[in-house]
Amino acid sequence: MLNTLLPILLFTALGLAILGALRRVAMWRNGRASKVDLLGGLLAMPKRYMVDLHHVVARDKYIANTHVATAGGAAASIVLAILVHGLGLHNRILGYALLLMSAVMFVGAIFVYMRRRSPPSRLSKGPWMRLPKSLLAFSGSFFLVTLPVAGILPENFGGWLFAIILGIGVLWGVSELFFGMTWGGPMKHAFAGALHLAWHRRAERFGGGRSTGLKPLDLADPTAPLGVEKPKDFTWNQLLGFDACVQCGKCEAACPAFAAGQPLNPKKLIQDMVVGLAGGTDANFAGSPYPGKAVGEHGGNPHQPIVNGLVDAETLWSCTTCRACVEECPMMIEHVDAIVDMRRHLTLEKGATPNKGAEVLENLIATDNPGGFAPGGRMNWAADLNLNLMSEKKTVDVLFWVGDGAFDMRNQRTLRAFVKVLKAAKVDFAVLGLEERDSGDVARRLGDEATFQMLAKRNIQTLSKYSFKRIVTCDPHSFHVLKNEYGAFDGNYLVQHHSTYMAELIGDDALNLGQHKGSSVTYHDPCYLGRYNGEYQAPRYVLTTLGIEVKEMQRSGFRSRCCGGGGGAPITDIPGKQRIPDMRMEDIRETGAELVAVGCPQCTAMLEGVVEPRPVIKDIAELVADALLEDAAPAKPVPVKREPAEAH
Amino acid sequence: MGRNAMQPDNKLPVDKSALHVISLVSIGAHPTSGRPRRAEQDARAVELGLQIAGDNLHVLHAGSAEEPALRAYLGMGLKELHVLEQPKDADALPGLADYIRESGVQLVLAGTQAETGEGSGMLPYLLAEKLGWPLVVGMAEVESMNNGTAQVLQALPRGQRRRLKVRLPFLATVDNAAPKPRQSAFGPAQRGTLDVEQIEVVIDELFTAAELTPAKPRPKRLKVIKAKSGADRMKAATAKASGGGGQVLKGVTAQEGAAAILKLLVEEGVVR
Repeated sequence: MLNTLLPILLFTALGLAILGALRRVAMWRNGRASKVDLLGGLLAMPKRYMVDLHHVVARDKYIANTHVATAGGAAASIVLAILVHGLGLHNRILGYALLLMSAVMFVGAIFVYMRRRSPPSRLSKGPWMRLPKSLLAFSGSFFLVTLPVAGILPENFGGWLFAIILGIGVLWGVSELFFGMTWGGPMKHAFAGALHLAWHRRAERFGGGRSTGLKPLDLADPTAPLGVEKPKDFTWNQLLGFDACVQCGKCEAACPAFAAGQPLNPKKLIQDMVVGLAGGTDANFAGSPYPGKAVGEHGGNPHQPIVNGLVDAETLWSCTTCRACVEECPMMIEHVDAIVDMRRHLTLEKGATPNKGAEVLENLIATDNPGGFAPGGRMNWAADLNLNLMSEKKTVDVLFWVGDGAFDMRNQRTLRAFVKVLKAAKVDFAVLGLEERDSGDVARRLGDEATFQMLAKRNIQTLSKYSFKRIVTCDPHSFHVLKNEYGAFDGNYLVQHHSTYMAELIGDDALNLGQHKGSSVTYHDPCYLGRYNGEYQAPRYVLTTLGIEVKEMQRSGFRSRCCGGGGGAPITDIPGKQRIPDMRMEDIRETGAELVAVGCPQCTAMLEGVVEPRPVIKDIAELVADALLEDAAPAKPVPVKREPAEAH
Repeated sequence: MGRNAMQPDNKLPVDKSALHVISLVSIGAHPTSGRPRRAEQDARAVELGLQIAGDNLHVLHAGSAEEPALRAYLGMGLKELHVLEQPKDADALPGLADYIRESGVQLVLAGTQAETGEGSGMLPYLLAEKLGWPLVVGMAEVESMNNGTAQVLQALPRGQRRRLKVRLPFLATVDNAAPKPRQSAFGPAQRGTLDVEQIEVVIDELFTAAELTPAKPRPKRLKVIKAKSGADRMKAATAKASGGGGQVLKGVTAQEGAAAILKLLVEEGVVR
């Protein structure tokens, strides 16, 4: 009986799966066009899956091994089951192979089951709690029905009752694995995930690459939407990417805004986008909600505005764009891209940037700095330093990009310290002076692509007048934007963070350094230096050469926690239960360090905003400058008379 | 507007579509960089106008339509902005007066003082005089408009408000007491249209003949801190300006009044 029943079951489920797949593809195709190498992506997919994705999953050994057994076993079992039981190839070798694969899958499924016995809060419950049982049913039933094929048990063993029980097991298994895969069950992640890897919008990320710069909007085309208003305004492969989510909640566990009790949970956000692309409400979401927001009150569809229907605006403005979620995501979903896309619509179309957002953007337009300071004061911090200006020198080795920290009294100490280091190393450097403008980082993260592009284009125009070998900056945000986001506007430069450059100077023996005196030190990785640009080593190397043994925090390196200062979050200032910098300071205190070395003006400002008593905050440049050994008393420089600078 | 759910809905008990309101706008200058921008108070005039008349608001500028900063007003969600095209050195007054007189408008809103040009703050007064309309200075809110009169709140120093009844049509200036202008967004700013009208140019003799020089800061009375305690300082900072040294002159002749003023000026060292 099973011999007639199994092919029917298998092929019905397969047929339904294909129908579901077509329906799902139609949903993705609601999105906008995107340039993707369709065939090349498909061909590259197995490698992306087995190397790049596995690399992320392997950070958690337990689930990596479990997944290899379960997914590998399942994929092989499905193919073999179709051959053996669907097409009736009752071959002994195939039978043994199917036995082996279903056994492997069964063992894997047992480990999935064990993880689900008391699941951590980041994991979604609901249908996901059913999944291990479905996997056990599938692998167990196929193992048993294949025993006769392999010749271990006689045909028609066990009679009718046994056959019925097995039939039900197979039905349950194939429903979850075939039919559920394309009709929105938990196994959807395998189907959508594989295609998402093939047609990822940042294919450069695979093979160890990095792609973190935001993609520009085409502002010249009046028909192109300014950001994303409705789910259909995403590109089709973004929609596909949302569908790939396995709801593992690694993003939720890494998100600083979620931990601070702000109304953002990256996992829920992606699931809300899935609701948006498929239509419906979030009532079936079985994970942690946005802090302070009940589940079940929001809904939408591809043609309805997202904000104030599916997602509240404050959820989008809670993000610090720290990229911790993207870094953790085993499916390599791009949360930050989606958030900025939706912010773009709010800022460019609705004029709804919250709190100080509008003021900051107006300042950037009118004064080229977010604080609205008189542009003529940009070089006041260096009034006594006799810095060379690019407008006079024209050609130098190093262009020192000062950044808007020039207007901030705390950051001015860092800048002066770095100038001291550059002078000690006798570097041929100059600054743009009053020609420098804000890099556009904050404007872009706040969704104001127009102001970003205006600033970027003007900066690129200024830079094009001069010749320099590299740009060095103390600000990781400027660093990231100059390095990764100006390229789209034909601004291609060698850009370095000051920690990288100082590491080079030390490596070249250009600095006569003593040792750091006193206190124990920990190091806080800035998001825009670390996760955005992969620079974890240089700052640590510099600290080591100062004789510092860095007391690492639990969350460091690629798992560093944001200070709360990125993405315009201090400007939009969405309230939560606690402040992100306070949480970070707790991490710092746990190491017992008396001093925390930083490499970013935002991090400095955020961490120094934590009430005392707390560890001292010093920029790496300050630590290096403090450790400089003066060769001999330098001759007093002859004061040079300068023309007063002109502000424009 | 209805366009933006974040903006407070205005609570006028009237049909917005029946209201005809004009907001006058000029080119502003950022206080620290001096770059052209939407003028702060004029933007408030537009904001108040949008809250009163919604999509019906008519926004008017006398000057060059080429100025990019004008688009910042369109970015507040206006479909169009009317420009009476005239060169920089032309007098805005006659063109505006003619246009307003013919428009059948009920209320004209303007900022108190321009950020560029003469910035004398005289335009609303001269305009009201020319039109023969009442002028409300520092209007904070329009409470109602019907039967040919409006009930409005006028802002006075220290957060005080005075309720006024004004007959329509009238002119009102707004200052920082009026609602904060909404954010200017790029999309609507690009899509909005500038409706340009050529008018007869009247050269502003005074403006073209005179020379602009930076204003000298006004002499300020030196603040002598007498407070001994924090409580005293708090009192000094929050108390109303006490008229302790002043005196009210009532029923005196012009000569006596002038003598009293001169005496005070000499005492204060303003006149020597």
